[in-house]
Amino acid sequence: MLASMRGDRGGQIVLSVLLVATIVLPVLNLALPESHPWHVTTYQLNLFGKYLCYALLAMSVDLVWGYMGFLTLGHGAFFGLGGYAMGMYLMRQVGDRGVYGNPELPDFMVFLNWQELPWYWWGFDWFAVALVAIFLAPGLLAFLFGWFAFRSRVNGVYLSIISQAMTYALMLAFFRNEFGFGGNNGLTDFKDILGQPVNAQTTRVGLFVASSLAVIAGYLLCRSIVASRAGRVVVAIRDAENRTRFLGYNVASYQLAVLVVSAMLAGVAGALYVPQVGIINPGEFSPLNSIEIVIWVAIGGRATLYGAVVGALLVNFAKSWFTAALPEYWIFALGALFVLTTLWLPHGVAGIRRRSVVS
Amino acid sequence: MNPTEKAAQHGEGIDASTGTLLYMEGVSVSFDGFKAINNLNFYVNDGELRCVIGPNGAGKTTMMDIITGKTRPDSGEVWFGRQVNLLKLNEPQIAEAGIGRKFQKPTVFEALTIFENLELAAAGDRSPLATYRLTLTAEQRDSVAEVAQTIGLQDQLDNAAQILSHGQKQWLEIGMLLMQKPRLLLVDEPVAGMTHQEMDRTGELLCGLAGQHTVVVVEHDMDFVRSLNTRVTVLHQGSVLAEGNMSDVQNNPEVIRVYLGE
Repeated sequence: MLASMRGDRGGQIVLSVLLVATIVLPVLNLALPESHPWHVTTYQLNLFGKYLCYALLAMSVDLVWGYMGFLTLGHGAFFGLGGYAMGMYLMRQVGDRGVYGNPELPDFMVFLNWQELPWYWWGFDWFAVALVAIFLAPGLLAFLFGWFAFRSRVNGVYLSIISQAMTYALMLAFFRNEFGFGGNNGLTDFKDILGQPVNAQTTRVGLFVASSLAVIAGYLLCRSIVASRAGRVVVAIRDAENRTRFLGYNVASYQLAVLVVSAMLAGVAGALYVPQVGIINPGEFSPLNSIEIVIWVAIGGRATLYGAVVGALLVNFAKSWFTAALPEYWIFALGALFVLTTLWLPHGVAGIRRRSVVS
Repeated sequence: MNPTEKAAQHGEGIDASTGTLLYMEGVSVSFDGFKAINNLNFYVNDGELRCVIGPNGAGKTTMMDIITGKTRPDSGEVWFGRQVNLLKLNEPQIAEAGIGRKFQKPTVFEALTIFENLELAAAGDRSPLATYRLTLTAEQRDSVAEVAQTIGLQDQLDNAAQILSHGQKQWLEIGMLLMQKPRLLLVDEPVAGMTHQEMDRTGELLCGLAGQHTVVVVEHDMDFVRSLNTRVTVLHQGSVLAEGNMSDVQNNPEVIRVYLGE
């Protein structure tokens, strides 16, 4: 996998920075006293961990949009499913410490007068089961979506709209109380993860490190795909789908494989995100969220992978700053950023580097 | 797939022992009552370069469509070698059997390099997992180099296809077909929109392919057809009007009447 990093200068830089941050930031948090000017607060570390989850999510979108040409407007669905799978595990770890103190059922089920745990919650007491679900649930949804869409050769704007409809439908379903995932409140009030208190400083540091390693591993995986011959077939599909088919490639199976891999990455991002923010609710499925991911990728630069990482981090740091300083204007600032990028940086932030290499 | 069809994969084992590679006999097809192809008899010898000319609506493209399986004829027979009945195969199977078709408008993969364009066309397992793991074999590398040499792009292997001129893209696409080692190559209007220099180069390329491959060229440009100096078939109203070398055909009064007028 490391061999595929050769020639990917931008990726080498981004991964190196990430690797350094993975080691240095926890040290600055744990080893330095709070009064020290270099001290990184747990809050900041947690925030950064959250952004890394977004970075992984953006990368998964870049894989299908930048390389395969499928402008997905529904990737939040895969992120959300991964998040819910993790949320279910965290809910089971609450045990009898909920508000109602019921050892068998999560609070929201007690509230709804349910008598027993629905079958699809079985096994989520074990982390291993949740881990499988984190990959399987988004992967399965992607497989079903792709099976129908790609085999019928749906493409372009129609495919985008269907993907948006998919996440919207999931949002409506998850909003319903009887669906069994906590309705509009979602899953929250977590206590432990892997036996550690979720809000403890060391757990936060661990989650940050896990997120960072996930981004690095995800990057290496994506890079190994796009640098392989399969990756070139995927680009060929983006540029001339019929020609690729004529050369004897089964276009739908490539699209399906890439979408499933991408959905699983998005699921992992969601799973790491949930314990760090402490909640997962149906709002994650909102089409607006999915559109925002696309904007991160566009701003960072499509079809570079590292551009998606940079874009997600950049936009979300700006968002945090803006929503604190000028809360009403963030959405306008984001819009302006998108318009300006499209006008002057058609290849995004990654394009600046590429241009300076050429000239 | 029966044994003879299996043997026909990639154009190997096509039995052209009689010297004829493609047979079209008594082929007719009509669209809404219009007879696009009318009792056509057309034979191509193994290893020859053949030009097909004819006025608009003569049935040139429809003929290509029938050979490649895009259009089914109402009657008649189409055989590839003595044993492969093309009417029983679908489009991908016909391509697999060793018939490559170059469409009029060049479509190459713009974002990929010339090398990568040719590499993707190389024979091999085409499943996602196989191509993910695959590394290029020395044999494939050689055949990419060889084809690049044939199409005159050997110095541009690492350039993106999008920087190529129109003519070069046409050659690249012919190269991509050659990577699949077709026995029969159908080429639709290869010089449309080309400069004179590019035309000359294309002529050399096509003449060079004859022998190793059998090439059928459909073309409008008379100067170009003349420069190929090969056997010409004139189509008119869906059947063969005349056949022979260019000067014979040009002096045929029937042909002069319907088409050439020179």
